[in-house]
Amino acid sequence: MSAVLEKAVMDVPFGSLEQVRSSASSVEAVSGSFALVDVSVAYGSEMVIEGVNMLVPSRAVTALIGPSGCGKSTLLRCLNRMNDEIGGVRVGGTITLDGLDIYQKGVDPVDLRTRVGQVFQRPNPFPMSIYDNVAFGPRTQGLRKREELDEIIESSLRDAALWEEVKNHLKKHAFELSGGQQQRLCIARALATKPEVLLMDEPASALDPISTQQIEDTIAELKNLVTIVIVTHNMQQAARISDQTAFMLRESMDQPAHLVEVGDTKRMFTNPEDKRTESYITGRFG
Amino acid sequence: MTAPMSNRTGRARRARVVEGVMKVVTGACVAMVIGAALFVLGKIIVAGLPGISLEFLFSKPGMGMRAGGIFPVIMGTLMLVTLTGVLVLPLGVMAGIYLSEYAPKNLMTRIVRLSIANMAGVPSIVYGLFGLAVFVLLMQIGKSLLASALTLTCLTLPVIITTTEEALRQIPADLRQAALALGATRWRAISKVVLPAAAPGIVTGSILGLSRAAGETAPILVTGAAFFLPKLPDSVTSQYMSLPYHLYVLATQVPNVPPEITWGTAFVLVVGVSIVSMFAAAWRSAQRKKVKW
Repeated sequence: MSAVLEKAVMDVPFGSLEQVRSSASSVEAVSGSFALVDVSVAYGSEMVIEGVNMLVPSRAVTALIGPSGCGKSTLLRCLNRMNDEIGGVRVGGTITLDGLDIYQKGVDPVDLRTRVGQVFQRPNPFPMSIYDNVAFGPRTQGLRKREELDEIIESSLRDAALWEEVKNHLKKHAFELSGGQQQRLCIARALATKPEVLLMDEPASALDPISTQQIEDTIAELKNLVTIVIVTHNMQQAARISDQTAFMLRESMDQPAHLVEVGDTKRMFTNPEDKRTESYITGRFG
Repeated sequence: MTAPMSNRTGRARRARVVEGVMKVVTGACVAMVIGAALFVLGKIIVAGLPGISLEFLFSKPGMGMRAGGIFPVIMGTLMLVTLTGVLVLPLGVMAGIYLSEYAPKNLMTRIVRLSIANMAGVPSIVYGLFGLAVFVLLMQIGKSLLASALTLTCLTLPVIITTTEEALRQIPADLRQAALALGATRWRAISKVVLPAAAPGIVTGSILGLSRAAGETAPILVTGAAFFLPKLPDSVTSQYMSLPYHLYVLATQVPNVPPEITWGTAFVLVVGVSIVSMFAAAWRSAQRKKVKW
């Protein structure tokens, strides 16, 4: 596996090679880091993403930014193989999670998804109680003991910064919560599976500013627990919450999207290497 | 300047007239439908209610069906519908789940769906003759509750499948995605999240489908309904009496039946089916209010 990582390190075209190397070497020690090598995605015969090389460091927030339709969400869904659920999607190249090629034969996407959780754009709690929502993942893995479930549910809700608001209403139907609370419930639900990585697909885009703020605060806390990859439309949000930023662009509908630049967020937003990144983050297009 | 102006007001006036006429025409159509339904229901209630008594509901027919009650008839229909439900629900719901959740979007699936839609349009006497040929004669089940229930299963199956598929499609794709992303298998996502959410629609549709089956006459006429039986069926291979066929017998085959017995039988069938349907509809709307997407 180290050969693939070596290649990833060598091929990463942007960002600090030092940083990439240190991430690569610490892969064994800290879990929840991805390496993407020459990743491409095709819908049927149409290539939509091509040539993505990047590392997703452990216990940090990586933001995927870029204009609508540039394949950010598609790339995100490659990481937990949710694209498998849509017919006709082919993923090329290599994606490794802590050295394991997640597309190789013998990797069950169902197992993978217990390691790589996802929070969706619109809050999508199940039509059941708050408790049962959070318990869904652990129960799926066969956990039945009441005390253990209670414990996981409390810690997950605490980590998602929702515990104080709902601790006396765990039996309440999830739909009675506000939009922002529902989204934090979805985060808690994803955390209850004890994932190493949390994928977030524009998790605050359907929420009001205060709820957005709460979600961002939650993310800042969570990165001590899990690796976070977040797709966002909001440039300020990316700058505020992420450690690493990747800028994707599809320059015309005739060609696939690609990764323009990836690197340390502060550097990307103050001193972008690529003209197109600079234009995008200063709001000249997209 | 004045010519186009008057033209325009002329057109506007015409549009208003058409608007008014269409409102009346469409409204009249609705009134006609409701009127016809109320007339039928009203006639059955007015003519049938006087014949209803505990004795009528809980005793056997007597004097060549010219007196007594319809207890074995009611029981026969209940047994038939229950048996049909036991047979058709697992089959229909499972098939609906497959079509909604697992079936690939290809030509084959489209053909299957089309066939199911066509099955729903086949006249019920055809199902009856099919049941007679296949279940009664070929499989040698004989004229019986079971043969009739199997026949009604075929008849009701397309309704149950379509109902299930439609109810499952109402459930947002988001929920399936959320379950899958938590490491659930497809079946777990379906059984724990999608199916419970779709249950009100499936249950209501199934009840409506089964209550229609309760009123079917042609399919059971040739597969097991009896003209008269002195006792209740004691197994699924016995023949049985049933409300719609009994009504047909009273109305056309037996001379000099007191009208309150004939109308009373119609009353039990229609009111029974209506009550069940109304409960189903009311329950569904209560469930809908509880869960909003």
